[in-house]
Amino acid sequence: MKVTAPLVDLQWVERVRADFPILQRTVHGRPLVYLDNAATTQKPQAVLDAMTSYYTTINANVHRGVHELSERATEAYEASRERVRRFVNAASTREIIFTRNATEGINLVASSFARPRLQPGDEILISAIEHHSNIVPWQLVCEASGGVLRVAPVDDEGELAAEAFAALMTPRTKLVAVTHMSNALGTIPPVLDIIRMAHERGIAVLIDASQAAYHMPIDVRALDCDFLVATGHKLYGPTGIGVLYGKEAHLEAMPPFMGGGDMIASVSFERSTWNVLPYKFEAGTPHIAGAIVLGAALDYIDSIGFDAIGAHERDLLEYGTAMLDGIGGVRIIGRARRKASILSFVMDGVHPHDIGTIVDREGVAIRTGHHCAQPVMERFGIAATARASLAMYNTREEIDTLGVALKRVREVFS
Amino acid sequence: MSDLNDLYQEVILDHNRRPRNFHALADASHTAEGYNPLCGDRLTLYLKLADGRIEDVSFEGAGCAISKASASMMTDALKGRSVAEADALFSRFHRMVTTPPDEAVEDLGKLSSLAGVREFPVRVKCASLAWHTLKAAMANEKRTSTE
Repeated sequence: MKVTAPLVDLQWVERVRADFPILQRTVHGRPLVYLDNAATTQKPQAVLDAMTSYYTTINANVHRGVHELSERATEAYEASRERVRRFVNAASTREIIFTRNATEGINLVASSFARPRLQPGDEILISAIEHHSNIVPWQLVCEASGGVLRVAPVDDEGELAAEAFAALMTPRTKLVAVTHMSNALGTIPPVLDIIRMAHERGIAVLIDASQAAYHMPIDVRALDCDFLVATGHKLYGPTGIGVLYGKEAHLEAMPPFMGGGDMIASVSFERSTWNVLPYKFEAGTPHIAGAIVLGAALDYIDSIGFDAIGAHERDLLEYGTAMLDGIGGVRIIGRARRKASILSFVMDGVHPHDIGTIVDREGVAIRTGHHCAQPVMERFGIAATARASLAMYNTREEIDTLGVALKRVREVFS
Repeated sequence: MSDLNDLYQEVILDHNRRPRNFHALADASHTAEGYNPLCGDRLTLYLKLADGRIEDVSFEGAGCAISKASASMMTDALKGRSVAEADALFSRFHRMVTTPPDEAVEDLGKLSSLAGVREFPVRVKCASLAWHTLKAAMANEKRTSTE
């Protein structure tokens, strides 16, 4: 097994680990080895503290009261929006909509942007490696309007070529929706090229950054994407809070997604008028605590820095790839040249579900199944994979523990 | 580690490696498809019923060791049984895999090797998949699917 030396010192990862209380616990009597980060990441103490602090000091509804708490909560909520704006480098906080998750962001764009534009025969173009959340909303919108869903192919390595995308862009293509990083394969598609090619043809592009956002910096202005979605719980933040970025001109022209309180300027039984951006798209009491705590999570990520996170995770990915390649009968699914933090694999003669159960008894948490990406599984001719997914707090020792656990799987099934 | 050995007993591993009655049944009178969306396990169950009796039974599909072994053992156990007996066996099997792990369960012969799933709550569905598919197949006169 040939591996390079770690690019970051061991104390660095130990310091990071110390920030995550859950990493101290044991599972089935073994130290927890959490390798299911693509499903959700663990939360640092700073995030847990921010949650407690919100509820113990300023809990109130936002944009409503004149009282002190409501003002403080509103201030913190809007400060978090500004925090998110900086995180994705948007031009304005008017372009930052808080949602429940990435799925809601995609559904919002499907409903308020795609649906009114889609005539029968018009097309939406996605890729073959999308998560179900970036497939099904487009299917619904196509069904409702007589549109057609086109799918750009993926090659045997899990690679997505910008040219394959371009070849499917037609005068009828109204929107391209593509992942910034595949949750099932780890592939990082050439989104910059895809966006440029789409824009040359006047097509808007939505980027699903759910996976990418906690591994690499996101810059919506450098990307020039029209929309981008991310979810808080993968950003070391709470569940139930997500973010939609949209270019202001688009958002301004789009009808509301949901109706209710907070999203209106005035209401009468004859006619209601809509609030200004971003509030037009935030109906009802939002997940105030979630949004505020997401801000703390982004502060935490910034305090570590994507340079260090990226270097550490690349080292782990390389180390983990070598480890899996060293086990006979194990095959990695997805070997794109540009990939991050995902080790999807199958083992001869052993179903991923059995792998998952056996390694769990060694304290190792991995995901097994289709990863909400059934078309990906079908493309690679498998029903499911086992998937170890990495985050900043994982270590080479944990990869070794996975290796030992996989040998145990072999023993059981020998 | 003992509960892992309970789960993956030799008899289960053997049925996983060499599943019995693992083929389509051209003259099946009843079929059903079972699907476990959690793990993607899929199986098709073929039944040949005549005069209220299971003359032949087989299955096809892809799944984990537990679901495959359970389907294999189930088909072995069902051949020649009446529909009423199969129904009763379904209930007894279901009771066995859903009884809390610290309580005693009825001895169902070879099928008892699957009692180990009780230590692994998410795997109970794997063991039950074939049986639920059987139920669906018996409930329908014609070719059908549970999905």
